Amino acid sequence: MNENSMKEKIEGIVKKALDSMNTTNSLDTLNEIRVAVLGKKGQLTAVLKGMKDVPLKERPKVGQMVNDARSSIAKTLKKVKEKLERDQLEQKLAMEVIDVTLPAKKAQVGKRHPNSITLEKVEQIFIGMGYEVIQGPEVEYALYNFEKLNIPANHPAKDEQDTFYITKNIVLRTQTSPCQVRVMEQGKLPIRMLSPGRVFRSDEVDATHSPSFHQVEGLVVDKHITFADLKGTLAQFARELFGPEIKIKFRPHYFPFTEPSAEMDVSCFKCTEKGCRFCQGSGWIEILGCGMVHPHVFEMCNIDPEEYTGFAFGMGLERIVLLKYEIDDMRLLYENDYRFLK
Amino acid sequence: MNTSLSWIKRYVPDLDVTAQEYTNAMTLSGTKVKRFKKLDENLESIFIGQIKKIKRHPDADKLIVCQVNIGRETIQIVTGASNVKEGDKVPVVLDGGKVAGRHDGVLTSGGIKIKAEKLRGIESNGMMCSIEELGSSRKFYPEAFEPGIYIFPENVQVGSNAIHVLGLNDVIFEYEITSNRIDCYSVLGIARETAATFCKKFRPPVVAKTGNSEKVSDYIHVTVEDVELCSRYCARVVKNVKIGPSPKWLQWCLRANGIRPINNLVDITNYVMEEYGQPLHAYDLDTISGHEIIVRRAKKDEKFVTLDGQERQMNENVLMICDQKKAVGIAGIMGGKNSMITDQVRTVLFEAACFNGTNIRLSSKRIGLCTNASWKFSKGLDPNNAEAAIDRICQLMEEISVGEVIGGMVDCYLVKREPSRVVFEPDRINKVLGTKISNRQMLDYLKLVELVYDEEKNEIVVPTFRQDIHRTEDLAEEVARFYGYDNIPTTLPSGVVTTGKLPVELRVETKVKDVAEYCGFFQSMCYSFESPKVFDKLRIPAGDPLRETVTIMNPLGEDFSIMRTTSMNGMLTALATNYKRRNKNVRLYELGNVYLPKQLPIRDLPEERMKFTCGMYGKGDFYDMKGVIEIFFEQVGMNRRTKYDRNAGQHFFHPGRQALVQYEDAIVGFLGEIHPEVAEAYGIGVRAYVAVIDLPTILKFANFNRKYEEIAHFPAVTRDLSLIVPKDIQASQIEDIIFQKGGTILESLRLFDVYENAQNQKGHKSIAYSAVFRSKEKTLEEQEVSEIIKEILNGLAELGIELRQ
Repeated sequence: MNENSMKEKIEGIVKKALDSMNTTNSLDTLNEIRVAVLGKKGQLTAVLKGMKDVPLKERPKVGQMVNDARSSIAKTLKKVKEKLERDQLEQKLAMEVIDVTLPAKKAQVGKRHPNSITLEKVEQIFIGMGYEVIQGPEVEYALYNFEKLNIPANHPAKDEQDTFYITKNIVLRTQTSPCQVRVMEQGKLPIRMLSPGRVFRSDEVDATHSPSFHQVEGLVVDKHITFADLKGTLAQFARELFGPEIKIKFRPHYFPFTEPSAEMDVSCFKCTEKGCRFCQGSGWIEILGCGMVHPHVFEMCNIDPEEYTGFAFGMGLERIVLLKYEIDDMRLLYENDYRFLK
Repeated sequence: MNTSLSWIKRYVPDLDVTAQEYTNAMTLSGTKVKRFKKLDENLESIFIGQIKKIKRHPDADKLIVCQVNIGRETIQIVTGASNVKEGDKVPVVLDGGKVAGRHDGVLTSGGIKIKAEKLRGIESNGMMCSIEELGSSRKFYPEAFEPGIYIFPENVQVGSNAIHVLGLNDVIFEYEITSNRIDCYSVLGIARETAATFCKKFRPPVVAKTGNSEKVSDYIHVTVEDVELCSRYCARVVKNVKIGPSPKWLQWCLRANGIRPINNLVDITNYVMEEYGQPLHAYDLDTISGHEIIVRRAKKDEKFVTLDGQERQMNENVLMICDQKKAVGIAGIMGGKNSMITDQVRTVLFEAACFNGTNIRLSSKRIGLCTNASWKFSKGLDPNNAEAAIDRICQLMEEISVGEVIGGMVDCYLVKREPSRVVFEPDRINKVLGTKISNRQMLDYLKLVELVYDEEKNEIVVPTFRQDIHRTEDLAEEVARFYGYDNIPTTLPSGVVTTGKLPVELRVETKVKDVAEYCGFFQSMCYSFESPKVFDKLRIPAGDPLRETVTIMNPLGEDFSIMRTTSMNGMLTALATNYKRRNKNVRLYELGNVYLPKQLPIRDLPEERMKFTCGMYGKGDFYDMKGVIEIFFEQVGMNRRTKYDRNAGQHFFHPGRQALVQYEDAIVGFLGEIHPEVAEAYGIGVRAYVAVIDLPTILKFANFNRKYEEIAHFPAVTRDLSLIVPKDIQASQIEDIIFQKGGTILESLRLFDVYENAQNQKGHKSIAYSAVFRSKEKTLEEQEVSEIIKEILNGLAELGIELRQ
């Protein structure tokens, strides 16, 4: 074999390889071509193997030709391969189009009871103002539920028609204030506490009554606490719970354990004071009762009313829940129907 | 408590406010007005007309055509009413006017507009009205025809405003009086507050001496046997009584409280009762034997017929009004049929007494009879008011000429109640309120409500009708009320800064909620009381401690009579409610106390234990429930191994599918599949699972402190152990051995496969674990791990467990 015939042969191989590479649209075919031309038993390798028939002098040249051919083929091979791979990927992606509007897959996550959501919010507001949340027993001595709260022995509130009795001296608490008495008795002053919890009253179940419901009561005892402080604190609370637009109004009221006493109304957040069914047309909603701790309550807890003053407030949690969630019937809160809880 | 505006104005004549202004101002000064109703709300252009001529309608049998003089002109009105005749004076609504309702008494919101129109071809330029069309009823206008046009008495002026003549230009206010303000359960009390609120002059009735020269003691003698229950008894007598209708102004006043006019005697009694807030009773003196009144307690099982004709049974705590032979009334509650006033009455004995409020309240409840009088008495009245009221009634008897008042009053009043006194401490008042009100201003406010300053002693004199004022704080409220709660500044407490916080119990409860919700559970809420029948439903055996309950003495019913000792019933009831309503895949949790008596009968407060209860049916099984528990434990820092003991002994669970949950040798709860019998008892038709965790026990282990643990430097060696295990061996037994033998280098152990199939040897199952070994100090040698594996396998061999070949 001489140089020319080798050159012809190599050029033939290259041309054929390039032609078939440029016309194929399959990666498999491309690989077959690679093996057939560049592989161990491929055509170019065969050319190298036939080198022994080439005169010694011409061998470098022929070798050079083979290498050139190889790199030229390899270059095209790479280019074609990249193109084919890209085509193939595009084809795959096109095949994999999904309907993004089909329903999402969700793990079911539960929810808190509306009472809990509201209570936690109230707690957060007061914790932020430096109050400690303190709980007390639900089954309580009548002494703490009544007498120590300045509710005298023959007061109608103590009637069996209002209070559940376990024994003559033990009742289901009708308010969470007994817990405040317990804290005051411990005598660690000053006090800023919030006592949420379950309370009981002998009411038949209907849309607005339940024999068991929840109250949140608060107490502040310190030197120099004033009615003005009570107003300021509750105003801030109302704004945080119902929004900065809310207006508040204090009306004189009566509670045995506070004097002076008040009820706080907030402007109706449903109708912005125009009058609707939530505020019964008045534009205002009664939210809580409050007042300055009665000096006699202090005396019974061995706190000197000359030195210390304080204020207390209490609200029915369910009442706020019903208002906030626009629920008409309190019974729904205790029915535990999944559809409601969801 | 209700009043009309006109009644208030009798005592505050200068009052000039709209109903809304009155409502707002009174509410802010402490006399809350709940709502008001304008009686003439939908009444417009209604005048008194006189029927001049009546002709039959040419084309309608039931209609008549009337020529009605309305003062300035005569108009033609067609009507279907049959009770009118020529000369009658009637209310006429003119064209364009309005009436409040239909003739059948149904009120229309916004009223009904009246227009001139043709009725069967004949022009009708207005309408004659019935009392119902004017928004009222025959209850308050008993003289009105039924059914038909209201006809005025002859003396009214034609062309005048019919609304005014009928007293319908008035407003009725409904108040919410607080229980300490007994004085405001009277019109005078509210009028006093009104005058103070609007800074107008208060003019209560001036009652001059009444009575003839006779002596009342010649007519009646009074003995009070029980002074404790009757602190005062006043009696006066009126003779030659002529029963007849009472004047209209008086009837209209009673209308405010829905009291129907009866006759002059009854109406005046009711009027003064509302005016003074003092119940009064009238007896026919001729029925009082021996002309003596004896106030005593009832005899055991004494029977008495009240004036409503009902026989009622008394007991020794009920106070009775008696004569020499018989009882004639239940004190403060209701009079007797035997002494009641009839139209034939000649001489009337009036009683104004002060009975013990608590006793009246309890008696009223015991007898099951609550009256306006008993309700007022039960508040605890001012004995000094009794005299004022009985004098007032005699004054009206004279003024309205109902009868001849006998001179003098029989008065049994042993201990006279005197005004109390409170030291005037203006600085303290300002200190409590956070205000800077001057002394002068304070005294002015107090004077508005008759709290007078005794300068010499620096004391405020509190009249006996104000039973709610005892100390400076009470005066502070009076000052604040008239200064205006709204005018008190708004500040935040000063003083020591405190840290707000949640107790650890509530932090754990927050975690409970978070974990349960993350696991798909929704929070439910159950009652604390339930029926004693739940124990049978739950298959709790007789004698089980759970049956020892805190029991309510006065429950709403048996179904709410015991405080729960287990949260199972609440959860199962909630699941059952959902199952019955066909809700699918329900997962609920509850946080609530159970109440465990320390001893029976109850002497101390019971133990209250907070339970975290999860319940579910539908998707998920026992192991899902177990997962909730373990995630919760991880979240509260309980990272040790939790153990499960299948011998849980809970009767409400499937015997083979229940476990006690143990942590560090404490039992922290249990879980299981509901026993089919229990599920059936609750009406749950599918497998349901419940877990109950005792939170006080959790508190001992819960820990919110987290420490950084160094990430391991050295490589781990993982070995899979595929075991052939006798069927009755539990995974926990295998794990006990692996952990024990694995020692400190066993980093973790994970069961990844359990199966039983035919290829297994009979009575065996396959269990596969993946164990990860790692040392903190060095890279483990292959041989070290192999040694341990060998030890583990030796240990397991003792339980008959082999490595799968």
